[in-house]
Amino acid sequence: MRVQILYSFFILMVALAGHFISNAYYLQVLTFIGINTLLALGLNMLMGYAGQISLGHAAFYGIGAYATAILTVHFSWSPWLALPVAIAAAVMVAYIVGVPTLKLSGYYLGMGTLGFGMIINIIFREWSSVTGGASGFVGIPALSLGPVSFSSRQNYLYLVWGCVLLCIVLCRRIIDSRVGRALRAIHDGEKAAAAVGVDTQKLKLQVFVLSAGMSALAGFLYAHLVCFISPETFSFIMSIRMVTMVVIGGMASIWGSLLGASLLTLLPEWLHAFSEFEMVVYGLILMIVMIFLPKGLTRGILDIVERSRRSL
Amino acid sequence: MQEILQYFFSGITNGAIYAVIAIGFSMLYNSTDLINFAHGEFVMLGALTMVTFSGPFHLPLLPAFIATVCCISIAGLLFERLAIRTVRFPEPIVLIIITVGASIFLRGIGMLAWGKDAYSIPPFSTHPPLDIAGAKLLAQSLWILLIVLLMVACLHFFFKKTLTGKAMEACAIDKRAAWIVGIPSKLMVMLAFGLSTGLGALSGVIISPITMCSYDMGTMLGLKGFCAAMLGGLGSLWGSLIGGFLLGILEALGVGFVSSGLKDATAFFLLLFILYARPGGIISALNVKRF
Amino acid sequence: MMRTKKIRLLFTALTLLIAATFLIPSSVLSETEKPSYKIGGLFSITGPTSFLGDPEKKSMELAVEQINKAGGINGHMLEAVIYDDEGDPSKAVNAASKLIESDKVIAIVGPSLTPTTLAVMPMVQKAQIPFISCAAGNKIVQPVDPWVFKTAQSDILAVAAIYAHLKSQNFKKIGLLTVANAFGESGKEQLVNQAAPFGLTVVKAETFGDKDTDMTAQITKIRQDNPDAIVCWGTNPGPAVVAKNIQQLGITIPLYQSHGVASPKFIELAGTAAEGIILPTGKILVTSLLPDTDPQKKVLMDYTAAYDAMFKTPVSGFGGYSYDAIQILAKALNGSDGDKEKIRQGIENLKGHVGISGIFNFSPTEHNGLGSDAFVMVKIKNGKWELIE
Repeated sequence: MRVQILYSFFILMVALAGHFISNAYYLQVLTFIGINTLLALGLNMLMGYAGQISLGHAAFYGIGAYATAILTVHFSWSPWLALPVAIAAAVMVAYIVGVPTLKLSGYYLGMGTLGFGMIINIIFREWSSVTGGASGFVGIPALSLGPVSFSSRQNYLYLVWGCVLLCIVLCRRIIDSRVGRALRAIHDGEKAAAAVGVDTQKLKLQVFVLSAGMSALAGFLYAHLVCFISPETFSFIMSIRMVTMVVIGGMASIWGSLLGASLLTLLPEWLHAFSEFEMVVYGLILMIVMIFLPKGLTRGILDIVERSRRSL
Repeated sequence: MQEILQYFFSGITNGAIYAVIAIGFSMLYNSTDLINFAHGEFVMLGALTMVTFSGPFHLPLLPAFIATVCCISIAGLLFERLAIRTVRFPEPIVLIIITVGASIFLRGIGMLAWGKDAYSIPPFSTHPPLDIAGAKLLAQSLWILLIVLLMVACLHFFFKKTLTGKAMEACAIDKRAAWIVGIPSKLMVMLAFGLSTGLGALSGVIISPITMCSYDMGTMLGLKGFCAAMLGGLGSLWGSLIGGFLLGILEALGVGFVSSGLKDATAFFLLLFILYARPGGIISALNVKRF
Repeated sequence: MMRTKKIRLLFTALTLLIAATFLIPSSVLSETEKPSYKIGGLFSITGPTSFLGDPEKKSMELAVEQINKAGGINGHMLEAVIYDDEGDPSKAVNAASKLIESDKVIAIVGPSLTPTTLAVMPMVQKAQIPFISCAAGNKIVQPVDPWVFKTAQSDILAVAAIYAHLKSQNFKKIGLLTVANAFGESGKEQLVNQAAPFGLTVVKAETFGDKDTDMTAQITKIRQDNPDAIVCWGTNPGPAVVAKNIQQLGITIPLYQSHGVASPKFIELAGTAAEGIILPTGKILVTSLLPDTDPQKKVLMDYTAAYDAMFKTPVSGFGGYSYDAIQILAKALNGSDGDKEKIRQGIENLKGHVGISGIFNFSPTEHNGLGSDAFVMVKIKNGKWELIE
């Protein structure tokens, strides 16, 4: 029951936002929050629940975006047909890369995924006959479904947040299932998990593939929202930003991903006012949040609330 | 033949740069079990501070050098005291994000203090490039090479032979156990930070006659240095050295025999294979903990 | 029950977070009698390409102040709303959206880079707002979009200037060394495409990363093919490293650089290695060397003096892009009463505007408006620029 209330609340919020906000800038920022939430959610499954770090996840985001761009522009496919192919492409790459990479652990896993992310980014840049190279890929069509055009920011907002809701539901079901329990076992101790009969390698790979698929979905949505993509968007910096969203929001927390993505999307928008000081303030905020709320915003806020209630 | 030798020299030059940064990463990991993603920014700060000391302050090379390293070491101590020690639950991932935040913060400081332009530092000596069988090696590259080797030798001596060094390593292996036997672990961590940021500043000073320096130089250098450290085996000083040179030479050969656009990709591709074959780096010194 | 409450609290927090964005006030209206014309500026003021965005921002402020001091346009003051995109296309898209939707600007100047410009173009086309980019890429104005203009000289012109000089020296074979980003890629495309008409052959084309520390490997590879000249295409500090490496390797092949390094900073960075390097540049760099008959000389001198006085920093070769954009916009705004279609037509029909980057002649098929006289070739001699005829 509780979950249903929560979901209804979520849908209501999105609907209200879409209905009452007419300024396309705010709608666009909200849409970007949605896309970033998808990214954070996918990575959180990997980092928070399976305990595996990835410093190259922007590669899957990019694969999703470039796959749909190439298919819709060079091959004139319908975007809706390109979507499953884009996700499948990311999933396949994740599988191939995941088999050897996920055998690494700790910082070495970070290094392995980082190297992979760099290679993919260089491919985006150098394969210019297909990807448009460093100047970027122009002319990606806007989405439309029958009579509904998603070129309106309102409709796009609903589309993106619809996807977010679907992914949240999916993730929650996985977490509450047998697989989720096995994942948490891996997080707490991989060898112990293996000892009680969890096929750790297979599970890690499955989660890696799942998170790659979600990142690709986000990439698809990004490409058709902005109608332009270039390699910088999917660089190493983006991978780090994704990890930051997960950790700031709170590891192993679905709503934490939402919170982390919101904060990291909104922060640069607020900090415009600081102009030259923007970087300094941004860095300080990251540091301060982590110093005082090392478990992330979700846990941190809950702790503060609980403490204040106890003291009342 | 001359070309191959020149590629090799190019690799040595870049490799020495990567190695000197990798050593900073490794040294800190060796004594605190932590990766400082802001290390590249300390390299940047070192280079730019040197610009100020040798430019507007008109200090000669050596005093400017020493003043720079001291200043950045103090900045490193402050960073440890203010940002690292105050964390309540120092899990690796939390500390990583803090250092990422610090890197952005320091980059911002660098931009405000020195502006957005690039600067160059004159080389240490004005010898003409060394000519070996038609291939040229810059005198500054030799300086870097020399200092790197000296650095590793000194650090090796420090960690293996001096009490402080051994105590520092003990803190990394088990902080609590080190505390029980009477090692002031907090002091050790602080010292390690000062030392590693000082090393970063030193690297910044010695490489910028070749690379030029600007407020945004740190990210790429930090990244390459991190790769070199990982490749060699985290926590192993000699490993960092080997990792750095391997990365530099692989890149140069990638330019020579594959394509310059794909040089980073070639290097990273081979790195991944090395990691798959030896999941602990070439020299795996310490057990690497998981997140 | 407890859990739902917690989560509801979280949601409240989130709602507050989002609500806070809406409360950030957009810039305050000035109190002139007629409403001011709001012009949006979007530059990479920070980030790796701040050497472009920073002088562009300053020049825009300068141009706006000059116009306002002179009484504005038909009594309307200009108001600049400037955002930083850090050279990141996603940030540029958000900032452009904010300019269009929240600040309700009547025209946008910038962004500084080709990718960021291409990223905001779909949005500008949809909103139908006059848009003057400060980026070099040719893709921006070809094919021509009615709303999109640009003031920076295209790579086409820079390449043509270099190649004309190469041809005059009877060079046949050239080696290319370009930076692996949008600027280098666009330059490389033009360098390769225009080689044949000038009777040149590209014997080797190599690239370097914009933060690379040593390029001797690439140069060694190019040297193997014995080119008559090497053309390097990039922005500081990479090309300075290239110049140093060429000196270090003892190579005597003439080195040509692009207009991307046309600033005194390059000579400072490359030191003695800069000697003898030939490059195309806008006239701003060599103002004092220009003959008095040059129509741009007065404009350039005025701009340089005003820039020095206002910001106390030496003028850069790149700030002129946004200065020109504002001046062109001001001319188009005259009598338009803020109507976007009229402004657009005003720019499109503007002829003979003497700007910093050259003399602009726009037409419905030409949205850059610059001719080959926008570039002069210079040689570095004794640490100084020297004009080549």
